[in-house]
Amino acid sequence: MMSGFTRNCGSAIAYGYMALCYAFIFLPVAVLVLFSFQGGDLPVPPFNGPSLRWYAAAFADSRLVDGFGNSLVVALLSSALSVVTGFLAAYGMARHEFPGKPALQAVIILPLAVSYLLVGMGLLVAASASGFRPGLWIVVIGHVVINMPLAFAICHAQLGEHQRKIELAARDLGASTIRVLLTITVPIIAPALIAAFCLCFTLSWDEFIIAFLNTRFDVTLPVVIWSLLRGGLNPVTNAAGSFIFLFSVVLIVAVEALLLRKRRS
Amino acid sequence: MGVGTAEQVIASSIVTASPAARAALRVRLAGLLYVTPAVLWVLVFFFAPVLIMAGYSFLPLDANGELGSVGTGDYRAFFAQGAYLGALWNSIVTTAIVVACSSLLAYPFAYGIARLVAPRFQRIALAAAILPFWTSYVVRSYAWLLALSPTGVINYTLRSLRLIDHPLILAYNPHATELGFIHFFIMLNTLTIYANLVQINPRYALAAQDLGASKWWGFLTVTLPLSVPGIAVGAFLTIVLCIGDYVTPQILGGFRELLLPQLIMMQIQRQLDLPMASAMSLILTVVVAMAYLAMQRWLKMARL
Repeated sequence: MMSGFTRNCGSAIAYGYMALCYAFIFLPVAVLVLFSFQGGDLPVPPFNGPSLRWYAAAFADSRLVDGFGNSLVVALLSSALSVVTGFLAAYGMARHEFPGKPALQAVIILPLAVSYLLVGMGLLVAASASGFRPGLWIVVIGHVVINMPLAFAICHAQLGEHQRKIELAARDLGASTIRVLLTITVPIIAPALIAAFCLCFTLSWDEFIIAFLNTRFDVTLPVVIWSLLRGGLNPVTNAAGSFIFLFSVVLIVAVEALLLRKRRS
Repeated sequence: MGVGTAEQVIASSIVTASPAARAALRVRLAGLLYVTPAVLWVLVFFFAPVLIMAGYSFLPLDANGELGSVGTGDYRAFFAQGAYLGALWNSIVTTAIVVACSSLLAYPFAYGIARLVAPRFQRIALAAAILPFWTSYVVRSYAWLLALSPTGVINYTLRSLRLIDHPLILAYNPHATELGFIHFFIMLNTLTIYANLVQINPRYALAAQDLGASKWWGFLTVTLPLSVPGIAVGAFLTIVLCIGDYVTPQILGGFRELLLPQLIMMQIQRQLDLPMASAMSLILTVVVAMAYLAMQRWLKMARL
């Protein structure tokens, strides 16, 4: 028999535990964002702000701004490539029967189960063996390797039987394959495509080890921040980190909104 | 199913060559056509580079730092040197600690979100639980450094409360690395365990209670076994991401106990020894593959 008192104690402990978990999870982010508004020279207590001087310093730092630009280009290109190839593969898998399908699907999915270090190392060794110089384009290639399986999985999950009937109807009415693909399939799963794009974008935008191994002079934002860390604790890093966080959260909220709308409709 | 079968199918279709068979063939070829760019991308930019890397790992550098003759020298050197084996052991131990702690801490948290929070607030509760996931990967470890440093928030608070006189040395040791990892992987495991728990009907556990089981016994014998796939997926992702991570130990861990990815990066940056770095990366991958084989049974049950 459980009395009301012990039950209340039980739920107090449960809610207390959850509150502790949230506190633990949010502690570093809260410290990061708070001390990005630090007025003094070090991102440690006591806090004397708020001040925007470190944001101004971050936006005036040409390495950070260049890194931001490079990251943006790499993320846009690699996400676009990931979504297009991932979608086409998902469409082929969902709508057609052909020999070797499970094996090919396993090949596409495999990069999801290896560490980024292996992908980055492979590209580094292969590029140096074949005489290619390090550069951002290798990073784009590597990011497609890690993100395309994800885009494939998202699209594959959304290509259900329901759309198949609409596609068949369009075909019966005389539409060509390409036309069905572009005017029926793509618009129907557009939310999934956009969600996949945004997810790939945030992952590419944030990826460190592949970019670190395969670039020299033009580097991405995480690599710039990495080199800033050698100087120790620095509020500029807080400002840059907080800004990236905000950027990613906006993207993720957009994804959530899109997927939620899709689920309701 | 290999290439052989594909060719047989195509050949037999051409021989029979009825219009229906030709149409079927066209549909099949079209399917392959859609899949080709993705498959080629993975083959050319993942499988081939990893194969080249594997080849490199059997070409140990000679005394002049040039690629030498084919041999297993780098692998023998790896298993003969205490420092290398020690780093592998550190990586395995750290990963094991991180997997255990983050599953154990995340489970009650995910359970709380799935069973205590009202359904319409669950998505928000979950989104909040994984929000710091989206801070930049490099910045996340740096943020822990801010909290843990001798003048950082934790020491400052403890000193203001007069609980300590001298700052505690919290950063730059293996425990700081573990803390940084556990922070990240609690979020990941909460996500996978929650995704599994919401698929389990709470009535199963209630039925067990109706049949005389205590609340705890019902949980242990019904809900927990059903949620093993969620735990397994989270644990496997943790292993993959944790054992190959260079950033967290490099920022938080100090230089006394190195992990294997740090040694790999040292081979690349300081020793300029790509073959040795390749051999080490492959050894790391073999460890992950062994973990996968050990956990395969439960991973296959997962439908997330």
